[in-house]
Amino acid sequence: MRKYVGQPLPKTDAIAISTGKPVYTEDLAPAEALVVKMLRSPHAFARIKSIDTAKALKIKGIECILTYKDVPGVRFTLAGQSYPEPSPYDRLILDPIVRYVGDEVAIVAATSERAANEALKLIKVNYEVFEPVLDFEQAIDHTSVVHPEETLTCNFDIGMEKGRNICSTHTLAVGDVEAELKNCEVVVEETYYTQAQAPAMMETFRAYTYLDHNDRLVVVSSTQVPFHIKRQVARALELPFSKVRVIKPRIGGGFGGKQTGSGEVFAGLVTLKTGKPAMFIYSRTETFTSTTSRHAMRLKVRMGADKDGFIRALDIENLSDTGAYGEHASTTFMVCGDKTLPLYNKTKAVRYHGHAVYTNKTPAGALRGYGATQGTFALESTVNKLAAKLNMDPAELRLKNIIKAGETALAYHGKVLGSSTLDRCIEKGKELIGWQEKYPFQELPNGKIRAIGMAVTMQGSGIAGIDTASASLRLNEDGHYNLLIGSTDMGTGSDTMLAQVAAEVLDTPPEEIIVHAADTDVSPYDPGSYASSTAYVTGMAVLKAAEELKQRIIECAAKVLEVTPEQIKFDGRELKTLDGSKVITLRKLAESVVVGTDKNQLVGNATYGSPISPPPFIAGFAEVEVDPGTGKVEVVDYVAVVDCGTMLNANLVKIQVEGGIAQGIGMAMYEEVHYDEYGQLKTSNFMQYKIPCRKDFGRITVAFEESYEPTGPFGAKSVGEVVINTPPPAIAHAVYNAVGARVTHLPITPEKVFMGMNASKK
Amino acid sequence: MQITVMINHRQVTLDVAPDDFLVDTLRQQGLYSVRRGCDTTCCGLCTIWINGKPTLSCSALSFRANGKHITTIEGVRHEAEEFAHFMAAEGADQCGYCSPGFILTVLAMKRELVNPTEDDIVHYLTGNLCRCTGYQGQLRAIKKYLGVTA
Repeated sequence: MRKYVGQPLPKTDAIAISTGKPVYTEDLAPAEALVVKMLRSPHAFARIKSIDTAKALKIKGIECILTYKDVPGVRFTLAGQSYPEPSPYDRLILDPIVRYVGDEVAIVAATSERAANEALKLIKVNYEVFEPVLDFEQAIDHTSVVHPEETLTCNFDIGMEKGRNICSTHTLAVGDVEAELKNCEVVVEETYYTQAQAPAMMETFRAYTYLDHNDRLVVVSSTQVPFHIKRQVARALELPFSKVRVIKPRIGGGFGGKQTGSGEVFAGLVTLKTGKPAMFIYSRTETFTSTTSRHAMRLKVRMGADKDGFIRALDIENLSDTGAYGEHASTTFMVCGDKTLPLYNKTKAVRYHGHAVYTNKTPAGALRGYGATQGTFALESTVNKLAAKLNMDPAELRLKNIIKAGETALAYHGKVLGSSTLDRCIEKGKELIGWQEKYPFQELPNGKIRAIGMAVTMQGSGIAGIDTASASLRLNEDGHYNLLIGSTDMGTGSDTMLAQVAAEVLDTPPEEIIVHAADTDVSPYDPGSYASSTAYVTGMAVLKAAEELKQRIIECAAKVLEVTPEQIKFDGRELKTLDGSKVITLRKLAESVVVGTDKNQLVGNATYGSPISPPPFIAGFAEVEVDPGTGKVEVVDYVAVVDCGTMLNANLVKIQVEGGIAQGIGMAMYEEVHYDEYGQLKTSNFMQYKIPCRKDFGRITVAFEESYEPTGPFGAKSVGEVVINTPPPAIAHAVYNAVGARVTHLPITPEKVFMGMNASKK
Repeated sequence: MQITVMINHRQVTLDVAPDDFLVDTLRQQGLYSVRRGCDTTCCGLCTIWINGKPTLSCSALSFRANGKHITTIEGVRHEAEEFAHFMAAEGADQCGYCSPGFILTVLAMKRELVNPTEDDIVHYLTGNLCRCTGYQGQLRAIKKYLGVTA
C-alpha cells in the first residue's frame, strides 16, 4: 500500500501562486533593468539595405540600439533540445536578411518603456524586398530560397536540401506498402490539414539578464529548458559555458512553447554591451507573431484493410511547415510517424515519409503533442472513414487492431510494448459516453442533431536513448531533505509529484522534501520538462536517488548501532534493529552526520535515461450538437479515458487531462490561423485567435484505467502531451455522424461544416 | 498629473501620465499580482476592483481612478487564501498566472450573485481565460466554496 504516491496532494506552491506572490520572472527583475524592445520586420522576406539609428539614439533614456552589425556571426538554434540538437543552426541574433513579418531587425534598450517605444518609431530601415514563400505546398523548388546562406549548419544529416527550401526529410518504411495496399479489399484515402496552433500560455515570453559578482551572465527566464538555454546563450553570444547561469522561477504556463528560446539572447546581448541588467517582455502580439507555434501539416493518408476489418497497410505522406526557421522541424516530423504507425499492429506494411519545408512565415516549434497531435487527427479520421466504409462499429474496428501489452509493431523499432489498457479505455469510454444508446446520432425536437464520435491515441514518455535527467537528494541536519532537480514545473505540479516519489521511498511526509528547481548553478543536469519526460525520466532519477540515499542512511545507522545494514529497519523516522534492541532516530542520525562527530552528510545521486519511451494511451469520445441550419457545433460532452500507468498524484493528473482536452477542443474548433497576402499573421491576438473560454464546451468527463509500466517510477508513464490528441479527430467524427460533413481541414468551423453538409448531399 | 486613490484601504497620492494604465501604475506600486496577459482586454488577468466592481486594469486609465477605491488581491488576502485552498484541493491552480484576476472575479461574484447556479457562475467568469485547467477544476472549487449543488 502506497502512502504518498497517488495521493491528491495540493501543489506545494498553490496558495502562493494563486494569491499573487511575486514569484514570476517579471516580479523578480531589478527595478533598474533596462527595457528591451524589438524593431520587427514589416516584410515577409527582405534584405536590410541600410539602418539609420541616429535620430532614435537621441531620445532621452536610450541606452543602446543594436543591429545586425553588432552581433556575433555564429548561427544557432532556439530549439531547446539535447546536444547535439537535431534542429539546424539557421539563426543569427540579428540577420541582414529578414525571413518573416515579425523577424528581428533592431534591439532597443532604454531606461523606460516610453523611450524605447519612441525610439522604435525613429529607426529608419531601407529594405530590398523579395518574393516570399507563403504557401507551404509551393515551398519546394520555389524561385525564392528562404535559407541560401553558406553558414547554416546541421549537427548531423537531417535530410536538408536548403536550395529547395527543404529543411528535413524522413522516411520510415517497413514492408512493401504499395503491394499490400493492392492486396487490401478496402482502401480509404484522405488528405488532412492541421493548423499552426499557438501555445497561448497566459504568461508571455520574458527573460531578464544581469552580470553577477563574478562577471558571469545570469539569465532569469520563463523557460522549460534552463540547461538548453544556457548552451544556446553561450553559443549565440560566444561565451564559455562557465560564464552563463540560467535560473527558472515559477512559470506561467508553457505547453511546449517555452521549450524554445526567445528573448534570452537579446536581453543577454544588451547586458553584455551595456553592463546593465536588461529585461525583455514579449507582448501578446509578439508572442503570436514572433515566437513559435505548432507545425502546420498536410497529411495524405492511405489505409487498407481486409474484409474482416484488419488494417494491413498504412501509408502517411507528410508535408510540414516549419516557417522561417527550423526549430524542432525534423523531430516533430519524426514523432508524427512514431506515435501513429505503431498504434495498429496487424499491419503487413507501413510507410511514413515526407519533408519539413521552410517558408516565410512565423517559425514553428514545439507544442504539446509535438507532431503526434497532427498525426492522430489524420490517422484517426482515416480509421473512422474506414469503419464507415466497412460498415463496422469504429470502436470494434479499433479493438480488433490496436497494439496490446507484450506485442510489438512494424514501426515500433523492435521494442515490445510494456503496458497498455487501451482496450479497457475504449470499453470504459463507450460506457461513459453512452455509445450503445447514442451512436451514431439522434435528432432532437428542436431540429438540432446530437451525435458521437471517437478517437484513440498514444504518445511517449521522454525521448528514448537521448534525454537523461539527474537528481540529487540530501539529508539535512534535522532529518528533512533537499531534492535538487533540473526539471521545470510550469504549473503541472511536477515539483510536488516528484516530492511524492521521493517521500514514498524515504517513508517521510512530502512536506519534509524541499524541492529546488531549476538553476543551472545548483540543479543537476536535466534537459527540462518536455517530451512528456518529467514524471517518467526525472521521476526515475528521483526514485533512484532516494533509494540510494535510503541505503546510505541505513548503512550509516548500522555503523552507529554496530550491526549489519541487513539488520536495520527504517520507517522514515527511526532506524531500528529487527529485534528492536537498538534504535536511533533519523533526526539524531542526521544531526550526528551533518553537524556532529560523524562528519558525513548523506547524499543520494542518480542519473537516468531510458532506452524506451513507454506510450500512455487515451480513448476520447465526443458528443456534439450540430445545428444543420448553420453548421454550428457545440461540444456537449467529452469523455477521456486514460492509461498513464500509475497516477502519481490523482488530482494533478486529472487536471492535466481536463486542460489538455480543452486545448485540444480549441485546436479542433476555435483556433484559426490566417495570414494576409503579404505574409502578415492576422490572428495575432486573443480577439482574432480564439482560445476556448469556459462557455465554449460542455462537460469534460475523465476516467482512468491504470496500467503498471514496469520501467516507470511506481509504474507511472507520462500524461502531459497525450491528452491533447483526441479532440480534433473525435469531434470531426461526431460532426460527420451528425450531418455527414467530413471536415479534414482544422479547425472545424461552422462554415466548413455547413459547406461539407451541402457537398455530402450532392 | 496627480491623483489620490485608496489602494487596498490605504490612501496614496501618485504622479501619473495621462496615458498610464492602472495595470502599470499598480505594478509600479509593488502590486505584482496585477498582470498583463494580452493587449486586447480579452484575458482577465489584470482584473482589479474599482469601487468594488471587477475592472480590467489594462484598459482603465490611471487618472480616472482619482478619488476611487482600488482593490487588488493583496487587499483581500485572507478571503483569497480561503478560496485558494479550495482551488488547491482540486489541483486547479496549475501555473497560477491567471489566478489573482480570476479569484478577484470569483469574490466579486460572491458579493453580487445570490445563490448562483452553475450556468450563472460560468457566465459571470467567461472573461477570465485559463489555458491550463480546462476550467473544470475551477468550477468544482467554486461550487464547493459557495456550496452550490445545482
